[in-house]
Amino acid sequence: MATSSHTLSSRLLTGWVGGCVWYLERRAGQESPQKFMRLFRTVNKQWITFQHFNFLKRMYVTQLHRSLSQQVKPKPEPTASSVLEKTSSGQAKAEIYEMRSLSPPSLSSSRKPNEKELIELDSASIIEGSVEVGKETQDEKQWKEMKLHLDDLPGILARLSKIKLTALVVSTTSAGFALAPGPFDLPCFLLTLVGTGLASCAANSINQFFEVPFDSNMNRTKNRPLVRGQISPLFAVSFATCCAVPGVAVLAWGVNPLTGALGAFNIFLYTCCYTPLKRISIANTWVGAVVGAIPPMMGWTAATGSLNAGAFLLGGILYSWQFPHFNALSWGLREDYARGGYCMMSVTHPALCRRVALRHCLALVGLSTAAPLLDVTTWTFPVISLPINLYISYLGFRFYTQADRKSSRRLFFCSLWHLPLLLLLMLTCKRPQGGKGDQGEPRQ
Amino acid sequence: MAAWRLRTKIFFPQLCRAFAGRRCQLAAERRDAAPGPVSRFCPPKTSCHDWIGPPDKYSNLRPVQFHIPEDESPLEQKLRELRQETQEWNQQFWANQNLTFSKEKEEFIHSRLKAKGLGLRTESGQKATLNAEEMADFYKGFLSKNFQKHMYYNRDWYRRNFAITFFTGRVVLERVWRRLRPKQKLSSS
Repeated sequence: MATSSHTLSSRLLTGWVGGCVWYLERRAGQESPQKFMRLFRTVNKQWITFQHFNFLKRMYVTQLHRSLSQQVKPKPEPTASSVLEKTSSGQAKAEIYEMRSLSPPSLSSSRKPNEKELIELDSASIIEGSVEVGKETQDEKQWKEMKLHLDDLPGILARLSKIKLTALVVSTTSAGFALAPGPFDLPCFLLTLVGTGLASCAANSINQFFEVPFDSNMNRTKNRPLVRGQISPLFAVSFATCCAVPGVAVLAWGVNPLTGALGAFNIFLYTCCYTPLKRISIANTWVGAVVGAIPPMMGWTAATGSLNAGAFLLGGILYSWQFPHFNALSWGLREDYARGGYCMMSVTHPALCRRVALRHCLALVGLSTAAPLLDVTTWTFPVISLPINLYISYLGFRFYTQADRKSSRRLFFCSLWHLPLLLLLMLTCKRPQGGKGDQGEPRQ
Repeated sequence: MAAWRLRTKIFFPQLCRAFAGRRCQLAAERRDAAPGPVSRFCPPKTSCHDWIGPPDKYSNLRPVQFHIPEDESPLEQKLRELRQETQEWNQQFWANQNLTFSKEKEEFIHSRLKAKGLGLRTESGQKATLNAEEMADFYKGFLSKNFQKHMYYNRDWYRRNFAITFFTGRVVLERVWRRLRPKQKLSSS
């Protein structure tokens, strides 16, 4: 009973986190095209439904789990934001197209006072002049004052901290906490989530601080706050410091020093190892996979105070999951990566990229089998997780053999629902307290 | 203190207006000196902030028009010049990078199509393209050829970014100190 209330409360809290993200996501999505939305809402209803669809797609709410209070799928670092930001860039494109269609009517109204003076000139030069003025006026409209508006701030900070990715990282941490043995300690749980969330915000901000010119050149990242000049680099660094210091402090003193050390180490690994390494060597993917594996281990250490086999198993599952997820995603972005100077497996070693993705899909089957051996779950877990693990392995195999955009997309989208489902199954099959008790019954 | 506040309220916009003209002139001089497409944008005279424009079509970077305040200190001037210079350096690098990439990509596609004995256009009249595996050879080659150049760029970019951030911090502290100083003088006299 204690364990069932433990998972229920952790699920509710995960759902609460998801709800906050949903709210912030709406604000982030609406704050820049706000003015245009008022104008175009009546004009072009199609755009609203397009935006709506993208918003829903971005949240990845599964049909299966409507009944539960969980909303957000856990998705660890490093590149889960890629698809999420892709759709936001599509939204910005729609904004630009709408703006261009509006400019001609405004032009004609501004030029009326000048028409009397131009009447005697040659018609061709008038047309040429008006086209140039038109282009300039259009160009001028796109210039923005670099002034921080306070009401834009929540949206800006949400994008700077990659709030959706942070929420998914926090979800994996909460899963790690929930899967750890021992009684559920609510204050400790909340402090862990807050500390991990702050640490993730800090790491993401520093990452964006380092990558401004590269982000400008890639479609999925060109609408970030630093690229758009909405904030200064100093602001980003200050924000990161204001998140990192309290975050690590909360983890180190509020939870335990081991969790604090892991949090600080993860920030360092992401900002100082993974980010520069992206442009130096393909080893960055392996480092990034470790970055994604650490949050659930932090959840585990927060609950138990030590790193034992169960923590490494959870870390291992997240680590292995990163490869099919990221390798499949990066397959479609090869041109952007090559032009930007990023060293990714999909660009320089395409065969290795596919091989590694398949290898780690199969590793997930092995790790799921190891879970009951390490007393993390009951034996039901490898059995019920086998279908989804085999399915992702099958898609991994298809990607390995076909090596085309279609198979990479299928594998990527499968990875999006595979991980939360796997963690959910782990939670339901968690080994009940009191040693190696029931072998076959998943908890309600 | 209230008198000082009132004075700044009236005086400051006038200063901005007066020096917006100077800034436009400077911008025009810079425009004539700098090669490549530069926007003719002139910020409004009442503005006291920098202005950022749409992404450049070659480099995809957004140009910034820097505001020059009347009471610009040497440190502020140094920061502004560093930012301006970094902007031009970045613009040049990325415009060159993107143009080179497009050009080499076209050449690669042409040479491969020629080697296969295919024309540049398909039967339907559309541009012929290579498949992903073939393009991977080009991407790999492009990255390895430019590896050293990218490394130097990374190193320089990181240095400049840190320098700009550091100087911005110093400028902010200097401004805070300047605002506190007249108050101290008034309170002591």
